[in-house]
Amino acid sequence: MAETQIKNLTINFGPQHPSAHGVLRLVLEMDGEVIERADPHVGLLHRGTEKLIEYKNYVQAVPYFDRLDYVAPQNQEHAFALAVEKLLGITPPLRGQYIRVLYAEIGRVLNHLFTVCAYAMDIGAMTPMLWGFEERERLMEFCERVCGARLHMNYFRPGGVSQDLPAGLADDIAAWADEFPRCIDDLEALLTENRIFKQRSVDIGAISAEDAFDWGFSGPCLRASGVPWDLRKAQPYDVYDRMDFDVPVGKHGDCYDRYLVRMVELRESLKIIKQCLNEMPAGPVKVDDRKVAPPKRGEMKGSMEALIHHFKLFTEGYHVPAGETYTVVEAPKGEFGVYLVSDGSNRPYRCKIRPPGFAHLQAMDFLTRGHMLADVVAVLGSLDIVFGEIDR
Amino acid sequence: MAELWAEYLWPALLIVLKVVAICVPLLISVAYLTFAERKVIGAIHRRKGPNVVGPFGLLQPMADGLKLMLKETIIPTGANRAVFIIAPMLTFILALVAWAVIPFGDGVVLANINVGVLYLFAISSLGVYGIVMAGWASNSKYAFLGGLRSAAQMVSYEVSMGFVLITVLLCVGSLNLSDIVRAQSGPLGMLQWFVVPLLPMAVIFLVSALAETNRHPFDLPEAEAELVSGYNVEYSAMTFALFFLGEYANMILMSAITSVLFLGGWLPPLPVAPFTWVPGPVWFALKIAACLFVFLWVRATLPRYRYDQLMRLGWKVFLPVSLAAVVIVAGVVLTFGLGPGMK
Repeated sequence: MAETQIKNLTINFGPQHPSAHGVLRLVLEMDGEVIERADPHVGLLHRGTEKLIEYKNYVQAVPYFDRLDYVAPQNQEHAFALAVEKLLGITPPLRGQYIRVLYAEIGRVLNHLFTVCAYAMDIGAMTPMLWGFEERERLMEFCERVCGARLHMNYFRPGGVSQDLPAGLADDIAAWADEFPRCIDDLEALLTENRIFKQRSVDIGAISAEDAFDWGFSGPCLRASGVPWDLRKAQPYDVYDRMDFDVPVGKHGDCYDRYLVRMVELRESLKIIKQCLNEMPAGPVKVDDRKVAPPKRGEMKGSMEALIHHFKLFTEGYHVPAGETYTVVEAPKGEFGVYLVSDGSNRPYRCKIRPPGFAHLQAMDFLTRGHMLADVVAVLGSLDIVFGEIDR
Repeated sequence: MAELWAEYLWPALLIVLKVVAICVPLLISVAYLTFAERKVIGAIHRRKGPNVVGPFGLLQPMADGLKLMLKETIIPTGANRAVFIIAPMLTFILALVAWAVIPFGDGVVLANINVGVLYLFAISSLGVYGIVMAGWASNSKYAFLGGLRSAAQMVSYEVSMGFVLITVLLCVGSLNLSDIVRAQSGPLGMLQWFVVPLLPMAVIFLVSALAETNRHPFDLPEAEAELVSGYNVEYSAMTFALFFLGEYANMILMSAITSVLFLGGWLPPLPVAPFTWVPGPVWFALKIAACLFVFLWVRATLPRYRYDQLMRLGWKVFLPVSLAAVVIVAGVVLTFGLGPGMK
């Protein structure tokens, strides 16, 4: 009998697949239902963000950061604002920092809610999605009330935030923060101890701490492997050093631990939100430097200098002293870094973005090899992939 | 001529009328089952569900049906045309023919045959062919995997389902579905339904029914998150609608079988005055509705099993348990002389 070559089944998972989390194209080589090789293809959502930023002045670059990880836009703005502030050598006033931390944590809740619920959806539980999105809707309303935009906030600016909290918003956020634990409890009641949920996530896509380092993991995915690394603790920015919160770590680095870490982080974020609301001092929300932050409207009516500042800021922007910085924040998905090079002009010379999801996605093959087709979906959901930031 | 009419035409006409009398309400209930599903799941999701077409959205199923009827049936180039078109028909027809032996009330049955249980079992086993054929004929990898999964799944759950049926038959001594219901009647009402003495079997049967109808958490053949839509991914318009109707008709069928086997079919919960005024078919319908609610409730609550976990549950949990139950029930029936004809 002649020797025959058995060909593996190759499946194109995406880019139009309901669980591809956007536009992932995953070429799966399978032996029956078992994955032999997973080959993620990226680039379908590439918009040339980094190059576009080089042709905009510094303030105009902020909205591009919203459009990276569109699940939690404010955290990316935060990284860029911190990077520019570092080059400019300015520090935003305390209230501005508190507001930024407050909204960064709201961003984290937005993201973790989305991730956990989408993950549940990926493995077949559809109710958490709808429950979680109701809360997300309320959070987006808070975003809308502070800056006018529900999603792409464009609110964090180098030197502070664009405007102060409107009257009553802090109370409403506090009221929400009191109610929200019930929503987390409800979600946990549906998922955490559910036997099918556990069968689908325990020991699926497990990664050791060492491997997680090697693959460049960060954020909840790294902490799930047992590494207590959180940039908010390790190198605090803004007022995170004043905040009292815990960093949850997992043990096994599997999908279940990644889920649990995110659930605990939801509660920890809530702690930070409450502390911000309680401790927030009165005062300005952006630096009192007319070379960076625009003057008040009233001031412009009477002062020629203020008018000139306004004109210069909104036409030319400000010049940033030559230099370079790699500034990172603990975005909900992990270490989000901005490598910013300035040549002294009003536009960045180079702005390299380090998205956490890219590193996580490249581990897909490592994590799913030997698992089954359904596990690919689970691993993908637990890694928290958003293509806006991966393809940039 | 008169003889021809009396001996052949009239009975034939009568049978056709009976078939119509079963199929039309069945199809209407299938349509409204989809509506109920969307409303129930909507309520669990804290949203409204369909509420635009007609009062309370009651015309939504009609609108959906009309839409599917008016759409173009697309047959993929690489598909095996004949098999591709026969598959949904097969699924749909099999879902309907099984109703021939279901007793709706005392004596209200199209074909009161003595092998009713076997007939049902045979028909529901054939149901897998529609899906396997669809998965294969589509010539698509997703559909192919869906077909493979469903073949494995339905076969493995049929075995334990068969053993569950045997335990019931041991208690009844007949394969006739009406006899099975009558065996559950008595002065104690609900307490004499087989769900009480055979509770574990009833649970296994209901779970197997979920698997047999490819419903959540066993809807692997059409797992949206993995296989996009599984075996019916290439289907559109009426061919898709037939699969859809077949699936929901099967759900109703499985609920009906569960009611007949374990919930006392058309029997009232208590054989006393206010309950006995309500006609049997109404009780039967209520029991079916209760079972269907479980189907919908489960769908909204649970995540989906993985393929190998589902097989493990079927072969390593349900099969031994139901096999043991057969032995135990047979032993008890024999020891205490409870079996039919032993008293």
